[in-house]
Amino acid sequence: MAMQETATHEEYYVPEKSGMAVSATIGLVMSIFGAANVLNDMTFGEPGAETNSWAILIAGLFWFVGTLFVWFRSTIRENLAGMNSGQLKKSYVLGMFWFIFSEVMFFFAFFGALFYVRVLVGPWLAGEGEAGAMNHLLWGGFEFEWPMKQTPQEAVGGAAAQAIANNGSFVSPGTSMAFSEVSAWYKWLPLWNTIILLSSSVTVHIAHLGLLKGDRKQFNLWLGITVTLALIFLYIQYVEYYEAYAHFGLTLNSGIYGSTFFMLTGFHGFHVAMGMTMLLIQLIRSVRHGHFTSDDHFGFEASSWYWHFVDVVWVGLFLFVYIL
Amino acid sequence: MGDHHHGPAKGLSRWLFATNHKDIGTMYLWFSFAMFLVGGAFAMIIRAELFQPGMQLIRPEFFNQMTTMHGLIMVFGAIMPAFVGLANWMIPMMIGAPDMALPRMNNWSFWILPPAFLLLLATMFMEGGGPAFGWTFYAPLSTTYAPPSVTFFIFGVHILGLSSIMGSINIVATVMNLRAPGMTYMKMPLFVWTWFITAYLLIAVMPVLAGAVTMMLMDIHFGTSFFSAAGGGDPVLFQHVFWFFGHPEVYIIILPAFGVVSQIIPAFARKPLFGYDSMVYATASIAFLSFIVWAHHMYTVGMPIAGELFFMYATMLIAVPTGVKVFNWITTMWRGAMTFETPMLFCIGFVVLFTIGGFTGLMLSIAPSDFQYHDSYFVVAHFHYVMVAGAVFSMTAAVYYWLPKWCGKMYNETMGKTHFWISFIGFNVTFFPQHFVGLAGMPRRIPDYALQFADFNMISSIGAFIYGASQILFLYNVIATIVGGKPISDEKVWDGAEGLEWTVPTPAPFHTFSTPPQVR
Repeated sequence: MAMQETATHEEYYVPEKSGMAVSATIGLVMSIFGAANVLNDMTFGEPGAETNSWAILIAGLFWFVGTLFVWFRSTIRENLAGMNSGQLKKSYVLGMFWFIFSEVMFFFAFFGALFYVRVLVGPWLAGEGEAGAMNHLLWGGFEFEWPMKQTPQEAVGGAAAQAIANNGSFVSPGTSMAFSEVSAWYKWLPLWNTIILLSSSVTVHIAHLGLLKGDRKQFNLWLGITVTLALIFLYIQYVEYYEAYAHFGLTLNSGIYGSTFFMLTGFHGFHVAMGMTMLLIQLIRSVRHGHFTSDDHFGFEASSWYWHFVDVVWVGLFLFVYIL
Repeated sequence: MGDHHHGPAKGLSRWLFATNHKDIGTMYLWFSFAMFLVGGAFAMIIRAELFQPGMQLIRPEFFNQMTTMHGLIMVFGAIMPAFVGLANWMIPMMIGAPDMALPRMNNWSFWILPPAFLLLLATMFMEGGGPAFGWTFYAPLSTTYAPPSVTFFIFGVHILGLSSIMGSINIVATVMNLRAPGMTYMKMPLFVWTWFITAYLLIAVMPVLAGAVTMMLMDIHFGTSFFSAAGGGDPVLFQHVFWFFGHPEVYIIILPAFGVVSQIIPAFARKPLFGYDSMVYATASIAFLSFIVWAHHMYTVGMPIAGELFFMYATMLIAVPTGVKVFNWITTMWRGAMTFETPMLFCIGFVVLFTIGGFTGLMLSIAPSDFQYHDSYFVVAHFHYVMVAGAVFSMTAAVYYWLPKWCGKMYNETMGKTHFWISFIGFNVTFFPQHFVGLAGMPRRIPDYALQFADFNMISSIGAFIYGASQILFLYNVIATIVGGKPISDEKVWDGAEGLEWTVPTPAPFHTFSTPPQVR
């Protein structure tokens, strides 16, 4: 195999012992413990009770991020010191590739939920199919449409609605995010976000081309443009969420349309923020420290793969959450 | 690299800061055994309560916590980490690599496990008690009606998933990138092959589990309606997402067991494995099929008839590659110069009992029959035949088989054989009668039962106590071997064993293969 010829087997990589894993564990467990307590205070706790949950969460996050910073820094230093063999670099490439694959599967779960609800559950609740008669008794008067303008709970209405929803309250939105709801095409924010994100994939590629031919200026400029586009994307998404909550009545509580909408776009937005942070770090490394050469720039390459992945997920979102 | 890599560090830092695949493997193995004893203790409580009809020892809500915790700890805490530990120890030695591809991440994927399980066990002492909704945590039991501790359970599952994904990425990178020159894919030992495929399964389905618990979290705390029909969602959606993870998960558990058995049977039959290629293809086929059969766990939730039929036929297909495997193991033994040391006994026990579990699985795969068996003790008997007699027996075989290589000392063969026979008898006394009570209609996860099931349940409980006690013998044997076993120095501990791991000195030195071996 080709890679075995390039790998230098005499320089096998066995690092010294390292305290970073244990430190990262402490940070992670503190964050998790704090976050669980924050949520439980919110849902099950006494209103207004004094707790230190937030403090634990924030301290844990700082510890965790700090550890990751030290961890990545030492990895970068080892590479700059020439300690990394071609074989180890190949391991990093494989690691990043399969990590992105696992992220794809995470989104797959939410897309799967969306399709299942839209194709099967909705019509069933409205009385279709073999078990439809039963649902007709339970959710009388419910008509299925997508985006869902009236939840089954609202369709039932009256005194029964509270008990039948296990005391939940699912109030459907007045307006959906679909194209048909806006008065003019240029007021449709998802379209702008699509344009921005797709072009950011192009700009990050131009930056890569600059790096490959050793043009540092082109690399820094176009990477900077990419990070800026990412920021604009996140700002537009913030505006969209604000409108949804403040003007449309579209919230996490507004039935399965709101649930799937916010979970899919929210997790995607979180990944955009992660990808932007990764690219920003690469930009800082390049501008301040002159890192990366035309044949050794895995940190940037991995971030850009992640960025393309985030872009592809958005195309799926745009298609299945906004358009169809 | 430098010359500071001669031996292990001293004291606690050797383990806390480990980057050595053997040390990390050892930690995984001890941790999983500790969890095996904890999960086993919960099982003893369950069987003690079921010893007689009526409520004797514990309250029903605590019984539910016991069944839940027993399942979660055995699946995620005992079996999975045990096989990851074996993978850490054996994969680099089997492919001629110096270590795992990403050693520091390897350490991290181990060290997040103990706190995750501490968190999970701590939920039992929280207000409202621990998770009591079964290890499958179906909504709305795990959302609307769950105790507040469910939040900790959810985050605990997130951490377990993180650990599994990192561990799997490491294994994939190691196998793809660190094989010695000449070690082509079709020369890899089957244990490496099965783990390679298992790692892909893990990378593909652990994120889906994370998605499922995240939807639970949102439903509980943020008012979403994924699993609530009143908002347009569906509780059955939870089951679909869960089992999309859950069915590949059972192959994640059993494929490494197949690998272990495929290593050990040729060694004691003194013949090469029959049908190596077909073993590889069968493993890959099983892995592929595992993605399209998940709803056979849900025949009774009211799926359309087309769905029932599709999942029924797809499930039956799995019997074909599995049959290939069983055929190959038996054919490997056919006319071999067989001896019956402890590892071989456990492997033969595996082949016999796993096949029984496979047959009951075929019975369960038939949708109209499953309407009768669903959620009965027949199902409990079925999956314990594959989980215990499958995964745990093969684990035990692996420990006896490789322990002399790991520590350079021989275990006590008489004690090992005694352990096998007590386990084998105890296991069958426990679980064989559960087929009968299940077919007669006894439901699972119920602390009390009708009088006609009393005799078989008492037999079952006695068997469980015997099986549980035999594990103490196992623990004693392993410790006695490490502390004072008979030292051995042959590279090849078993005269019929083949593979790179038997070419290094015994006990295996801290660093093996710092220069790669040439594989012909």
